Amino acid sequence: MKKVGLIVNPIAGMGGKVGLKGTDGIYILDKAMRMGAAPEAPAKALKALEKLLPVKDRLLIVTCSGNMGQIQAENLGFRTNIVYWSKGPSTNSDDTKLGAKGIMEKGVDLLLFVGGDGTARDVYESVGNKQLALGIPAGVKIYSPVYANTPEKAGELALLYLTGKNITVKEEEVVDIDEEAFRNDMVRTQLYGYLKVPVDKKFMQNEKAPTPLSEEATQMAIALDIIDHMEKDLCYIIGPGTTTRAIMQALNLPYTLLGVDVVMNREIIKKDASERDLLYYASLYPSKLILTPTGGQGYLLGRGNQQISSEVVKKIRKENIIIVSTNNKIIELRGKPLLVYTGDKKTDEMLKGYYRVKTGYEMEMMYRVGIG
Amino acid sequence: MKRINRNHKIRNFHQAKWDEPIIFELSNKGERGILVPNSEEEIVEAVGDGVSKIPESMKRKSLPNLPEINQKRVLMHYLRLSQETLGADLNIEIGQGTCTMKYNPKINEYIACLPEMTELHPLQDESTVQGILEIMYKTDLCMREISGMDQFTFQPGGGSHAIFTMASIVRKYHRENGEEEQRDEIITTVYSHPSDAAAPATKGYKVITIMPDEDGYPDYEAFKNAVSERTAAFFVANPEDTGVFNPRIKEFTDLVRKAGGLNCYDQANANGLLGITRAKEAGFDMCFFNLHKIFSTPHGCGGPAGGALGVVEKLIDYLPKPIVGFKDGKYFLDYNLEKSIGKVRLFNGVPQTVLKAYAWIMSLGAEGLYEAAKVAVLNNNYLFKKLLEHKGVDAPYIKGKQRVEQVRYTLEKLTEDTGITTSDISRRVMDFGMHYWTSHHPYYVPEPITLEPTETPSKEDLDEYIRTLHHIFDEAYENPGIIKNAPHRSTIHQVDESSFDDPEKWAPTWRVYLKKTKED
Repeated sequence: MKKVGLIVNPIAGMGGKVGLKGTDGIYILDKAMRMGAAPEAPAKALKALEKLLPVKDRLLIVTCSGNMGQIQAENLGFRTNIVYWSKGPSTNSDDTKLGAKGIMEKGVDLLLFVGGDGTARDVYESVGNKQLALGIPAGVKIYSPVYANTPEKAGELALLYLTGKNITVKEEEVVDIDEEAFRNDMVRTQLYGYLKVPVDKKFMQNEKAPTPLSEEATQMAIALDIIDHMEKDLCYIIGPGTTTRAIMQALNLPYTLLGVDVVMNREIIKKDASERDLLYYASLYPSKLILTPTGGQGYLLGRGNQQISSEVVKKIRKENIIIVSTNNKIIELRGKPLLVYTGDKKTDEMLKGYYRVKTGYEMEMMYRVGIG
Repeated sequence: MKRINRNHKIRNFHQAKWDEPIIFELSNKGERGILVPNSEEEIVEAVGDGVSKIPESMKRKSLPNLPEINQKRVLMHYLRLSQETLGADLNIEIGQGTCTMKYNPKINEYIACLPEMTELHPLQDESTVQGILEIMYKTDLCMREISGMDQFTFQPGGGSHAIFTMASIVRKYHRENGEEEQRDEIITTVYSHPSDAAAPATKGYKVITIMPDEDGYPDYEAFKNAVSERTAAFFVANPEDTGVFNPRIKEFTDLVRKAGGLNCYDQANANGLLGITRAKEAGFDMCFFNLHKIFSTPHGCGGPAGGALGVVEKLIDYLPKPIVGFKDGKYFLDYNLEKSIGKVRLFNGVPQTVLKAYAWIMSLGAEGLYEAAKVAVLNNNYLFKKLLEHKGVDAPYIKGKQRVEQVRYTLEKLTEDTGITTSDISRRVMDFGMHYWTSHHPYYVPEPITLEPTETPSKEDLDEYIRTLHHIFDEAYENPGIIKNAPHRSTIHQVDESSFDDPEKWAPTWRVYLKKTKED
């Protein structure tokens, strides 16, 4: 018997049809409902769950009460185990967080969640990287690659995983945008964390090409390049991201995935440094700053690493910035430049231009950095 | 009498499917083909039986565990396997873009199989192999005309091997000039062959890759930022895998030359350029041709390959030894290259391949080579125009302009519209006795197809290929299920490739296979 967690954010996607770009916050939800928005997520949950019907008798759906999962699962005849009851007919971010926590504590094989970027953030906050999870897209804004492309695709992938086929596990970014800015037609994503998601490996290969290196192996190759070229008595400021994390892992040092760590002579001198810490070290020692694009839009600075401020960058100087990225991350940009946004126009201007981005061991790619 | 209707728009094909065991599984103890007879008595009396001369330490203690099968069964086995493959002589082979899968005249194969060729031994005295030396020498002269280079070697066994040889020459050249330590970087482009990065990397070079600009040309501004006093060389293909020809290539090579680096031209796929552009005028110091692509010797399992590597005057001394010279009416092997990088292969390359290339060149002549290039480009642009008529197909870069000998298409729109990917379609084309290749990894062009018709398919062949692809693209919109579950008429259904990168699931030999599949 396999256990599948299911959590539906019933209000996700409601703003979209009435042109509101998201439903974060009670005020917007109220506005959406007054404009005639109807729930989208429950129907999307059904589309995904239908794909699991062939193994229905071997599944237990661990879920939340009412329209947070129970209704959809039971409508299709799945056996359910309810672990969280929402307090009223309308649900909010806390319901998602508590529901996700309750489901994880039951020990499920895979947690399916239905919603958008906000939902992914809530799920991440509760389960961190301890729980294999997969998003069923229903939200208006989805920038986090933790979601499948369609609800049907999510269902198919879940079925493959539950029947033990062709699946590998990957860490994908949980990003969310500032909805207020988005309603003003500005897209600003920020990295909030990483969820473990299943990935379909089938047909990824090709007869003429050698097996492409996995993302993990590429990150390790980049890390070894950095480590082999580390100079004595130089201060290395390591920005957030999984590619930079590989450096800390290869050095066997403690690290913060979303924070900034400082390394010197292969020892950690400050974990999770603040802007003040960074200014202190950068004025004390010659320093190098190692950055990787995060947040799905190619941001090097200004999205989730505000501690690396314009002051810090000016102190370290442009020529001491090392950019690292896997090829896949670069390809996802589709030719658009990497971006910086420190909040200080002069600094951003100064940072513009071509950089040698490290993409492997002794491998670099010339890539443009622009202003975000 | 009723006329048979052959007026099919798409081909009705079904591949053979034999549940043929692995040859080791066919083994029956004691079964055999022939017994090798003992030597005649008088010979044994004169020189011994031969076998007893083998030192004891070299003799195996037990018999090799080879399959024991009669001759007829071996023949059946391999004929069945051959029926389960597609190949350039069987199907319309324009789907293996970048590989120049042209028709290779069988007469050239026949010539290479003549005993005058096959009975030669590379250790024979020069005076007894004047014929093949003459052919190598004259092929070199042809290659010089085609490229503008000053000397060729045929020692590299293929394209990547030629790139490796170029990287070796680059290293030796800078060593001789006292700049080996300083010049530790090579520059290449994303759409050049991956070996242009990989082979120099094996020589210890750091590799810097240039992304394309909006038109698909290597980004010149990025390039300017990459070139420095650390640049050892620039390795590039032109046209690149996209079929886009960089008209500013001379500016790129000038920049590298001024910075003290060497320019190395990957001309593995120069099929659209014969008689039109030359490496020398584009500012290159070296170039190589894949004899098995452009020069029809042929490519793939029809092999063997050959990488003809040419250099300008100042680099002749660095070539692998020997090269073929001609003096006083005699051809000879010239070992007198003082700065030579040494050898990159035993003896002097694969002479049969050189012979076939020579036969192909001589059968066409200079005019014929130029004609071949023009027709290859024409065929490609006909295919290009016709395929783009489908709403699901596009090709990034230089909109409205022609491509050279191939195009990297994208099915991104078709995938967005229907959920059908290029991998799905590449499986479906097998149902029509065809095949296509997507792209090198990683996919810089999303949902790619790379097609290269060459000069040899007829308009009928091209039209059949186009009709078939259009038919499948329509299926994607109207009946996607048939593509998702394809192939339906091929030897093997869908292959689970998920273990391809898992060494635990690899069985490179029969013994390993038995060990890994042993049931407890």
